[in-house]
Amino acid sequence: MAVTVSIPTILRSHTGGQKSVEATGETVLEVIDDIESRHSGIKARLVKDDKLHRFINVYVNDEDVRFAGGLEAKVSDGDTVTILPAVAGG
Amino acid sequence: MGRYASLLDTVGSTPLVGLPRLSPDTGDGPPVRLWAKLEDYNPTGSIKDRPALAMIEAAERDGTLRRGATILEPTSGNTGIALAMAAKIKGYGLVCVMPENTSEERKQLLRAFGARIVYSPAAGGSNEAVRRAKELAEQNPDWVLLYQYGNPANVQAHYEGTGPELLKDLPEITHFVAGLGTTGTLIGVGRYLREHKPDVQIVAAEPRYGELVYGLRNLDEGFVPELYDESVLTGRYSVGAYDALRRTRELLELEGIFAGISTGAVLHAALAAAEKAVRAGQRADIAFVVADAGWKYLSTGAYAGALDEAAAKLDGQLWA
Repeated sequence: MAVTVSIPTILRSHTGGQKSVEATGETVLEVIDDIESRHSGIKARLVKDDKLHRFINVYVNDEDVRFAGGLEAKVSDGDTVTILPAVAGG
Repeated sequence: MGRYASLLDTVGSTPLVGLPRLSPDTGDGPPVRLWAKLEDYNPTGSIKDRPALAMIEAAERDGTLRRGATILEPTSGNTGIALAMAAKIKGYGLVCVMPENTSEERKQLLRAFGARIVYSPAAGGSNEAVRRAKELAEQNPDWVLLYQYGNPANVQAHYEGTGPELLKDLPEITHFVAGLGTTGTLIGVGRYLREHKPDVQIVAAEPRYGELVYGLRNLDEGFVPELYDESVLTGRYSVGAYDALRRTRELLELEGIFAGISTGAVLHAALAAAEKAVRAGQRADIAFVVADAGWKYLSTGAYAGALDEAAAKLDGQLWA
């Protein structure tokens, strides 16, 4: 499954400044592993103790993966995966 | 509606209205209906009148807020405006820490109510406002920081008010959808509804802003409100300015409801829930929150001209 992953400013040091990268995988975790294979160090910023970092939100087509299986959430061909730091609203 | 002793007594008891034109046509199948909870009917025109009054009254009860005291609060606008009204009636001072990238109307309203505004930098959005407010609280120990992100009275206002109102007006409710900011509305209403309707879906719609707002220096500056309880929610959507504007305009065009931009994001998530119900052939009664009306956002150009241009103008703004 090929997906487009949008990278937040704070993590672009890992992607050579790229705002989005292409990746493959069946699940969010596989997508992250695939990005890590080309952009070493990014996984450690996203995943802690086999769970998403507390201040990182990941969305597959705008839906928060924490409510769709977490790191095991499925992705489909052509999906957009968005990574964002958690910030205050309200 | 009727006669009240003071403006403060008019908070809450807002109307729930059906949306026959926006609700999907399910033909002979089970109905899927959308319902809007019009929180702009509150005295300062937003849902924030509920937590603002509840937080002040809780602080009065526990003795932290005494007559003539100064209240301090980080806010992107609506909470500040609500606090300013209540503070005026009750005789408190108010200092609001507000990100500089909020709408002009919000700033003017706060000033009109007599609040003092301390601006926090646009980069970092409300995160910076929270940080600055905590600093000011330390420097001014006599000020009372109500802190809507962690104050249980915020959740309680919705647990005791918004939630029961919804269940009374819509006993058949299957979904509740609201904006995610302090998380007070979703957690308070969500907990109440879950106790009475265990299968109810609680869906959050959070605004996805331009990059500027996510401009943290490092990840440890990330922020999750203390009130947030993930176990209450069943789904969470991130909605960008384009979809939020598109839905805000649809709500106006099809149902005549002139709502603020965050409502468009909420409606977007509500329509996604409606579509899922239609596909599954299930009845759904989906209530969502109209947090405020559109008046405070007219200067952003949200309601006129090409959608993509209007959305581009919102980039870098806190529009929810």
